[in-house]
Amino acid sequence: MTTTRKKIKLETKNLSKSFGSKVVLHGLDLKVRENESLVVLGGSGSGKSVLIKTIVGLLKPSSGKVLLDGDNITDLDNKSRNNLMSRFGFLFQGGALFDSLTVWENIAFYLIHNKYIEEAEARKIAEEKLSIVGLGKGVLDLFPSELSGGMKKRVALARAIANDPEVIFFDEPTTGLDPIMKNVISDLIAKFRNEFGATTVTITHDIDTVKTIATKVALLHKGKIAWTGKSKDIYDSGNKIFDQFIHGRVSGPIKVEGVHEKD
Amino acid sequence: MEFIRKVGGVTLGFFQDVGKVSNFSFIAIKAMISSPIYFSEIVQNFIRIGFFSIPVVGMTAIFTGAVLVLQTYTGFSRFAGESTIPTVVVISITRELGPVLAGLMVAGRVGSSIAAEIATMKVSEQLDALRTLAVNPFRYLVVPRLIACTLTLPLLVLIADIIGIFGGYVVATGKLNFNKALYLSNTVAYLQAEDVISGLVKAAIFGFIIAISGCYSGYNADQGAESVGTATINAVVMSSVLILFFNYITTQIFFAT
Repeated sequence: MTTTRKKIKLETKNLSKSFGSKVVLHGLDLKVRENESLVVLGGSGSGKSVLIKTIVGLLKPSSGKVLLDGDNITDLDNKSRNNLMSRFGFLFQGGALFDSLTVWENIAFYLIHNKYIEEAEARKIAEEKLSIVGLGKGVLDLFPSELSGGMKKRVALARAIANDPEVIFFDEPTTGLDPIMKNVISDLIAKFRNEFGATTVTITHDIDTVKTIATKVALLHKGKIAWTGKSKDIYDSGNKIFDQFIHGRVSGPIKVEGVHEKD
Repeated sequence: MEFIRKVGGVTLGFFQDVGKVSNFSFIAIKAMISSPIYFSEIVQNFIRIGFFSIPVVGMTAIFTGAVLVLQTYTGFSRFAGESTIPTVVVISITRELGPVLAGLMVAGRVGSSIAAEIATMKVSEQLDALRTLAVNPFRYLVVPRLIACTLTLPLLVLIADIIGIFGGYVVATGKLNFNKALYLSNTVAYLQAEDVISGLVKAAIFGFIIAISGCYSGYNADQGAESVGTATINAVVMSSVLILFFNYITTQIFFAT
């Protein structure tokens, strides 16, 4: 099968991040092509969140760089960083909706504060984005505290796509949701890529999510990429670390603190 | 040896904190004079910080004025100095008690809520979310609170002054049988503009301190629910101590001039 390879959208080169003497990311090289869906797997505390936050610039890397369309986006001044954010969408693990604002104000937040669009138009866009994630206009004027966990996630998704971003980041999108809601969110992530042409980067420890949304998979272990490959190859990766992870085996190269392996 | 090390550690820690707070204030002031300014946030905080603090500040002031009259009467009647009571009350309230007590009450009420709110936003990644939506959290959260607090505290103190003096008047005329007209004329007779102005300048400084303490403590909260509580405590302790410290400094400055 031959397909024309799409150009590289996002790339990290030798990306490292440490907090004090604790090294979390250890020289990572990752490539995501345009319209690809990269899923970075990793156990708790493997540095997944740090990776995604370092890529978007919420954290400063200790060394190495991040490239978007070939341009170095590592050391930007505030203004360029803000401009860059218009090309990114970010879904936080807990949604991170602003408690003091209504649903529509949350969704249109970027547009109101950066594009200075009128309230009526912002509301209309919010309604439109809300319908993409499958919610009706009845929730527009509710506050985040009045929403269920799954609805919060969907509103947060609507906010992440409010500005039609080129690259969307998902931090543990399905954690803490029931099995049905998990599929709803996974399908939406796949939809953003398939229908809107977005490039997506997802970090998760949920194998089911991988099957629905990933085109490319990477496993983060001890601050390094232990394995990377296509999503169809995950069950015959030939990599001991990856194999242990997706089958959830207690014994193997990934050591769990306080758990003794059986012989 | 261990003792000296501990003293050194505490001293270093103290100066480190002073440095961090100064740096935070500097960044905040810099953000204050650059665009964009979020006017609707400023107005909201004005109402939340200023308007809703009026009852607590008013209650504090009225009882302070009342008790001040009783206490000064106890002392001053010993040497037949009752006629100076209105002057003592008005000067004490405008120069000192109004700003300090209102400052401490607002520190408890507003400083803690600012710290808790920003700490919660940090813990739930809302500060990060602001940055991914291309909005500087300093300009969106810190600056409006700073402006609102610095501007509303003088207004609150002005209200506290009036209510406090009224509290004194009620007790003096109602309980201690002072002549109403004489009490009022004595209240304003020796009052100078500087008395009121120095109190209001203090109030503005205290307002700034309360907002900075609240924002700084919230912004530097660690992860987890406990850290929200810690941030709240830090904000109240820090703003109260700083208010008392800068109260002395400003009094000293106004005293010398």
